[in-house]
Amino acid sequence: MILRVLLGILLTLVIVAALGLPIVQQPQHWYEFPSIPGLEEKARIIFFHVPTAWLSVVAFLTSMVFGIRYLRRKDPEDDLTSASAAGLGLLFCVLATVTGAVWAKFNWGSFWNWDPRETSIFVLLLIYGAYFSLRSAVEVEEKRATLSSVYSILAAVTVPFFIFIMPRIMTGLHPGAAGDPDGAGPVIEFKMSPNMRVVFFSSLISFTLLFIWLLSLRVRTARLEYHLQSKG
Amino acid sequence: MSARESVAARWIRAALAVFLKDWRSELRTRYAMSALVMFVVTTISIILFSLGGEGASPEVLAGMLWVVIFFAAMSGLSRTFVMEEERGTGMTLQLMTPSGAVFAGKLLFNLALGAGLTLLTVVLYALFINGFVVRTLSIFLVTIALGSIGLAAASTIIAAIIARANTKGTLYPVLSFPILLPLLMTVINATRLAADGAPFSEAAGEFQVLISYIVVVITVSTMLFDYIWKD
Repeated sequence: MILRVLLGILLTLVIVAALGLPIVQQPQHWYEFPSIPGLEEKARIIFFHVPTAWLSVVAFLTSMVFGIRYLRRKDPEDDLTSASAAGLGLLFCVLATVTGAVWAKFNWGSFWNWDPRETSIFVLLLIYGAYFSLRSAVEVEEKRATLSSVYSILAAVTVPFFIFIMPRIMTGLHPGAAGDPDGAGPVIEFKMSPNMRVVFFSSLISFTLLFIWLLSLRVRTARLEYHLQSKG
Repeated sequence: MSARESVAARWIRAALAVFLKDWRSELRTRYAMSALVMFVVTTISIILFSLGGEGASPEVLAGMLWVVIFFAAMSGLSRTFVMEEERGTGMTLQLMTPSGAVFAGKLLFNLALGAGLTLLTVVLYALFINGFVVRTLSIFLVTIALGSIGLAAASTIIAAIIARANTKGTLYPVLSFPILLPLLMTVINATRLAADGAPFSEAAGEFQVLISYIVVVITVSTMLFDYIWKD
């Protein structure tokens, strides 16, 4: 209970700071963000877009880890967690795609450009879609759990190529792509003033905590449904 | 020592037996073969109609080649495991043969089918599509070889997964596409390089990706196959 309230306060602070703090040309005070040429107010996306994209990958890995655990121990609980994590991952993946596409329309001129990172999030969406169509196509519970675990592992070994390697070795629009004048690397290493960095990392942490809380909620509901079904 | 050797020998014999069984039943029914041939012919003629005598750039045509191969593979390569489910022979195979050998045999069969499919597609494509030129033959041949191996490897394990699901036909491309995307993008790039006449060394990066993809997929498949196959 107290943790939930604390998380609520933290998220509120992050959202207020991310949206409310002024962006000015010459920052004088600790609460003013420096203006980045070409981005200005649009720079605020980083506080929301990056955490959602990060969570869509974290959820995918969580789903895979619990898939492996299921194959090891055959505990239906692990499959519930795996599926719940994948469901949340799909949600965050859609959020990251939509926020990114809307932002790209205003900053890069079109909703979709097939930039390497856009390709990778698209592939992630496809995998989530495939994962759930597989789950809905198998009726026997154990079989469904096994097959979807196997599929998520199979996807997890082929896909890192897209999410981690390709956006860095190919030229693209996102920061950190090859040929970026500020160096190919994670976006947070440059152009970000210390106070922005604080907000950014608080946002990342609080979104991750939000994910953990949502996951535990979903697992609990899924567990109840599971027990109701096996009783009835 | 001799006991271990005989185990390995028995395993290889079992894998070959599975392969030969599939091969013979394929020769008798010609189900997958006729489906594949018809699919390739249909798709290439649709491409010809849609081009309508107008040429497209070699880069576009290089990509289209893999569109044909991908969808043809989706129509034919899933048969290996679905066949066992349909005939109800899966259980006997499970009892008689170690699961690793089953996977190896099925993989061999799909490799043969995939190689035949790519060969047929490439020959028909080169004959009928005007403007499809390959300037660096060495890149093209290696790409075709590695591409068909990777395609067969990934589609074998997905075929094993969907054989246990309800909606087999539609699910197959849905599950395969994300897994095959790294492979498809790399082979399309390499084919473009071949069409552009790039020197062989320029495609080395693509080949490394392809080889590591094949190794990873086959390794993971053999590790996971047991869970799918055993009831």
